[in-house]
Amino acid sequence: MKRYEQFPHTADIGVRVFGKDIKELFENAAFAMFDIVADLEGMTGDTVMKFELEAGDDEELLVAWLDELLYNFYTKQLIFYKFKVDKLQDGKLQASATGRPAAANRNRLKTEIKAATYHDLKIRNTAEGYSVEIVFDV
Amino acid sequence: MFEKMDDYRWRIPKTYKSGMRVDGVIYSDGKMVGDVLSDRAPEQVANVAFLPGIVKYSLAMPDIHWGYGFAIGGVAATDVDAGGVISPGGVGFDINCGVRLVRTSLNEDEVAPKLRDLVYTLYNDVPAGVGSRGEIKISASEERKLLVEGAGWVVRHGYGRQEDLDYTEERGAIKGADPDSVSKRAYERGKDQSGTLGSGNHFLEVQAVDEIYDESAAAVFGITKGQAVLMIHSGSRGLGYQVCDEYSKGMIRCLSKYNISVPDRQLACAPVNSEEGKAYLGAMKCAANYAWANRQCLMHLARLTFEKVFRKGPEALGMDLVYDVAHNIAKIEKYTIDGKERTLCVHRKGATRAFPPGHPDLPARYAKTGQPVIIPGDMGRSSYLLTGTRKAEETFFSTCHGAGRRLSRTAAVSACRGKSIARELENKGIIVKSSGRDTLAEEAPEAYKDVNEVVSIVHGAGISKKVCRMRPLGVIKG
Repeated sequence: MKRYEQFPHTADIGVRVFGKDIKELFENAAFAMFDIVADLEGMTGDTVMKFELEAGDDEELLVAWLDELLYNFYTKQLIFYKFKVDKLQDGKLQASATGRPAAANRNRLKTEIKAATYHDLKIRNTAEGYSVEIVFDV
Repeated sequence: MFEKMDDYRWRIPKTYKSGMRVDGVIYSDGKMVGDVLSDRAPEQVANVAFLPGIVKYSLAMPDIHWGYGFAIGGVAATDVDAGGVISPGGVGFDINCGVRLVRTSLNEDEVAPKLRDLVYTLYNDVPAGVGSRGEIKISASEERKLLVEGAGWVVRHGYGRQEDLDYTEERGAIKGADPDSVSKRAYERGKDQSGTLGSGNHFLEVQAVDEIYDESAAAVFGITKGQAVLMIHSGSRGLGYQVCDEYSKGMIRCLSKYNISVPDRQLACAPVNSEEGKAYLGAMKCAANYAWANRQCLMHLARLTFEKVFRKGPEALGMDLVYDVAHNIAKIEKYTIDGKERTLCVHRKGATRAFPPGHPDLPARYAKTGQPVIIPGDMGRSSYLLTGTRKAEETFFSTCHGAGRRLSRTAAVSACRGKSIARELENKGIIVKSSGRDTLAEEAPEAYKDVNEVVSIVHGAGISKKVCRMRPLGVIKG
């Protein structure tokens, strides 16, 4: 299954993310975001960060997850490239992300994403699995 | 869905969608309106009309395009004393993204032989691009002062001159900034980004004045034909993004708390007079002040670069600030509506404030001209300097903010596949340098609407007046 694809958005960047279940959807959404931020091809690294988040519903939780990763990218200067969602239930998320310091990888950086937005955000569950369209402000 | 009102205005009647409190009004013309219709922006203009307390209409400027929540190019005023709301999504993530224009005593012929050197040195000396860090490293307690004092703080620390503040909107520091409303996380995201350009559509541009439309206003602004000028486009960097992020999340709760119904969560809002509304306003003002400090710092770095490259002192270079104005901000302003004075919260999301001649907030020098309005175009075409007019009261003294995007970034990159934007621009005599690998293609001139057409609409509609047009010479992109 394709992890994500970009769709045209006039001002910003839109991605359509897929997942066989909601956990994979969250992992692939994080991958899509960092794939826009940096060139992740052939990335290695073993700095692991763990996250526990809570929000009102799955859409808000998704934005919270993406923004948490962005915050850590900017302040701890880590480029994340691998994501694992351990638990996602009742608006609570437990997950981890693996990355490497941005300092040694400046030339991999591509696009500055300011934030994930709530614009038209709706997680869809169909026979083929989960999908969601996310607009990033760049 | 559209009703043509006159040559420059189209209406979305409030009957279009149940829940709209006022009509939507889009400024455009017969030529451009087709582009506007094909985008999803008009739907967003209609959505903004849902905001409690919205006055008169939900407006869009001719550079309108699809954003998130508000359309880019959107203007909405809410009545503060009648439950009017403030929406972080109506300001955007880049709080006080804006532009400043700096004149020089150089003419384009003097710049030409050193242009390449100038562009490369600016690129080298001004931090730009994803994750770049600035040279101002300050403690948390000093950072709090910077958020209150804005551009004044950096001037006090040697980055520029006192008179720069006279020509900055709000003198570079809007009153009422509350550092306690800014989270630790926002401080952290902003702490070493003062004096960095950012990326995407942010830029430094050396330009030549190539057409003057209003000689007397140009004279007041110190602008002459053939003169070299510098334009700076940047905002509040990570600090502003984090402030918007946190308050838009928090205000989702306010929708049920205050019984507000909006069709898009990105329009989350709270009454201006509520605890949440006041906290956001206090934090937004901090981010706005940070942005004025940032552009002040960028101008200072650019001045030093000019001194180095042209081997001239500040006096000889005459790099005075013409004006600095925000185009992503919410401001509390007073208007007379139906004979009564009302206090409005004017959201300008990708729209520029354009105060008329005689407005008390303008520096004395500009009392007769009106406020300078700076309109950056794309890097291959033109930029403009306009002035505010009395007629712009109909748009809450707002006008366009740029060319406005026409193509998505992905579409722009594929349209430019196989050609070198840098070489094409160089053939036109424009030197560009950018740090992001796709930035030039994403920001290619064909990705934008024609700024000449956008400006001719606001000029024709009378909501601002053309003073002069500038042509790019050298461009530094993030």
